[in-house]
Amino acid sequence: MLEIKDLYAKAGDRDILRGISLSVAAGEVHAIMGPNGSGKSTLVQVLAGNPAYEVTGGSASFNGKDLLSLPPEERAQAGVFLAFQYPVEIPGVSNAYFLRSAFNSIRQARGEDEVDPLDFLDYMEKKLELVDMDIEMLSRSVNMGFSGGEKKRNEILQMAVLEPKLALLDETDSGLDIDALRIVANGVNTLKRPDNATIVVTHYQRLLNYIVPDYVHVLAHGRMVKSGDKSLALELEAKGYDWLVEPQGALA
Amino acid sequence: MTAAYIEDFKSLSSNGASLEPKWLRDVRREGIERFAALGFPTPRNEDWHFTSVAPISEAVFNPLRSEAGRIARSTLDPFTFGQSDWPRLVFVNGRYHVGLSTLNMPGAKEGLRVRDLHTVLHEEPALAMNMLGKISPVGDRAFTALNAALMVDGAVVIIPAGFESAVPIHLVFLSDANAAKGVSHLRNLIFAGQHSKATVIESYVSLGDSHYFTNAVTEVSVEAGATLTHYKIQRESQRAFHVHTIDAKQERDSHYVSFSFATGAALSRTNIYTNLAGEGCGATLNGLYMADDEQHVDHQTNIVHAQPNCFSREIYKGILSGSAHGVFNGKVYVHPIAQKTDGKQTNNNLLLSEHARIDTKPQLEIYADDVRCTHGATVGRLDEMALFYMKSRGVSADKATRLLTYAFAADVLETIEVEAVRAELERATLERFTGASTAE
Repeated sequence: MLEIKDLYAKAGDRDILRGISLSVAAGEVHAIMGPNGSGKSTLVQVLAGNPAYEVTGGSASFNGKDLLSLPPEERAQAGVFLAFQYPVEIPGVSNAYFLRSAFNSIRQARGEDEVDPLDFLDYMEKKLELVDMDIEMLSRSVNMGFSGGEKKRNEILQMAVLEPKLALLDETDSGLDIDALRIVANGVNTLKRPDNATIVVTHYQRLLNYIVPDYVHVLAHGRMVKSGDKSLALELEAKGYDWLVEPQGALA
Repeated sequence: MTAAYIEDFKSLSSNGASLEPKWLRDVRREGIERFAALGFPTPRNEDWHFTSVAPISEAVFNPLRSEAGRIARSTLDPFTFGQSDWPRLVFVNGRYHVGLSTLNMPGAKEGLRVRDLHTVLHEEPALAMNMLGKISPVGDRAFTALNAALMVDGAVVIIPAGFESAVPIHLVFLSDANAAKGVSHLRNLIFAGQHSKATVIESYVSLGDSHYFTNAVTEVSVEAGATLTHYKIQRESQRAFHVHTIDAKQERDSHYVSFSFATGAALSRTNIYTNLAGEGCGATLNGLYMADDEQHVDHQTNIVHAQPNCFSREIYKGILSGSAHGVFNGKVYVHPIAQKTDGKQTNNNLLLSEHARIDTKPQLEIYADDVRCTHGATVGRLDEMALFYMKSRGVSADKATRLLTYAFAADVLETIEVEAVRAELERATLERFTGASTAE
C-alpha cells in the first residue's frame, strides 16, 4: 500500500529526515517511536503534504501513485488521513460544515454524489457514538474552545467520517488522560479493517497497550535505527532510547 | 472639475430651484460657495491622505435629475433580502420611483412617515427646513458642500416618539445603464423620535456596470431613549464612484447601531460620524469591506464622546485581494467632561494577495481622565496551518481559502440582527471571491 524509499526532507535549512525507507501493507499497524527531534512527526507530516517541509530526496508511493507529487487535498482524496498532534482551531467554520465539506470533497473526487446536510447528520450520529461525542459539538466552530481530549476525539471523528485507507496518527496520545486515550484507541481499533493501514507515531509505549502494532520502528536523527515487533516497544519502555541512539556527532 | 459643478449650480438655480424657499436657496448658495472655495480634497488634506479623489475630480458627470420610466418590480429582487413586505422607498438614478416603492407603510396611522425629499421640499418645506443641514454641517467638507448645493432628492424617514417598527424600512438607491456618466447628490433625513425603535437600511445598488458618481449625505437624529439600527449596504457598480457621509446626533440614553457593508464601486468613501451628545448613550459601529482588482474602499468613522457615561463599540473588518486598496480611519474623541467613557475599537484586515494594500489608522483622542478606551488594528494573511489542515481533509485549496476568508468575516456579520439581511450578506461574502453559495 505504502512504499517509502530513502526519503529525505528538511524544514528551512535543517535536515530532518535522512533516508527513511518503510513498507506498509493493507491491514497492518505500524508504530513509529523515537526520542524528541528524531523526525517521527516529520515523517507523517511529509506524507500528508505539510508545506512546512521540503522533500529533498527519495520517494513515497501509495497504491502505485507518486504520493509526493500530489497536493495535500489530493492525497486526502486518495485515502490518506493525518490526525494532527495539534489540531488547528478555525473560528467561524462549524464542525458540521467542515466535516461535510471534507466528506463531499472526497466523494466528489471519487465521482460520487454529494450528500445533503440531513443525510449527513444521520451518517454522523453513528460516528459520534464511536468517539463518545455529543451532537452539540457539530455546531461549534472547528476545535474552538475544545479541551485537549476533545480535539483529539474530533480528529478521530474526522477519521471515522472520511474512512481513510491510510491513517497517520501523529502523537495522538500526547496530552490525553487514560479515559480519553481509551476512547481514542477504541475509535482507531474499530476503524481498522483488512483493507486499510495505520501508522501510529508516539513517544510512549502506553498507547500501544491499546492500539497493538504489527511492527515497531525506532527513528533517531532522521534515520530508522531499529525495527521489530510489538516486543520492541516494551523493550524501549524498559530501557529507554539511549541504547539505540548514538550521539549525533557520531553520525556526521 | 469644480467649474462643471458651478455651472450645474447656476443651471439648477435658474430652473428647478428658482421657486424654492429662501432658506433652501441659502443652503444651496452656501454649499456652492464653500465648494468653490474648498475644491476637491487632495491627499494633503489629512482626512484624505490615503484616498485620491482625482478620478472623481478629473471626470465630468452630468446631473441626474429626470425620473426613470417604467421598471419591472422584479428588477429589485436581488436587493430586497427576499422581503417584499418591508416598507421601501426606491430611487432610480437619483430620483424617487413611485412604481418600485411600497407606499402602504405599516405604522402610518401611528405617524411613521417615509417620503421622498423632493416631495417634502415642495409640500412640507417647514419640515425639511427643521431637519436639513442641522446635523451635517458643510464646514470644510467639500462633498457635503457640493451635496448641499445640488441635492434634488433623497429619503425622509420620521419615526414618531414611542413607535417601534416591527420591520425594517428599506431605502434603495438603484443605478442602471441610464446613470452612465451621471451624478446624483442624494440627501437623506432620518429622525428617530424619543423612545422609538426602528431599523433603517440604505442600499446603494446597481444593475450592470455603469460609470457614475453617487454623492450622498444622510443626517440622523436619534432622540432621547431611542434605538436606531442603521445599515448601509454599498454594492454599487464596479466602475462607479461613491462618496457617502452619515452624520448621527444622539440625545441622552439613545443607541445608534450602525453596520456598513461595502463591496462595490471602483472608488468609495464612507464617512460615519456619530456625536454622543447626551449622557448614557451607546454607539455600535461595525462594518465589513471587501475589495479586489483595482478597487479602492475607504471608511472613516468618528465617534465623539461629548458627555459622560457613554459607551462605544466598533469592529471593522476588511478583506482585500487583487490590487485592491483599503483604508480605515477610525477616530474616537473623548471630551474633557465625558468621564466614564467606555470605548473599544478594532480594525482587522485580511490580505489575500501580494498587491493588496491596507492603510489603517485607529485614533484615540482622550481629554477626560476617568475613561476606559482601547483600540487596535491588525493586518494578516490566511493561516497556513489552517489551510493545510483543511486540505489534509480533502477540501480543495480554493474552497479552503474561501471558507477561511468567510470565517474571518463571520463574527462581524453575526452582529447584524436582522436575519434576512445577515443571511444575504453572508451569502454575498461567501460568493465574493469564488462563487459558492452556502455555509452555515
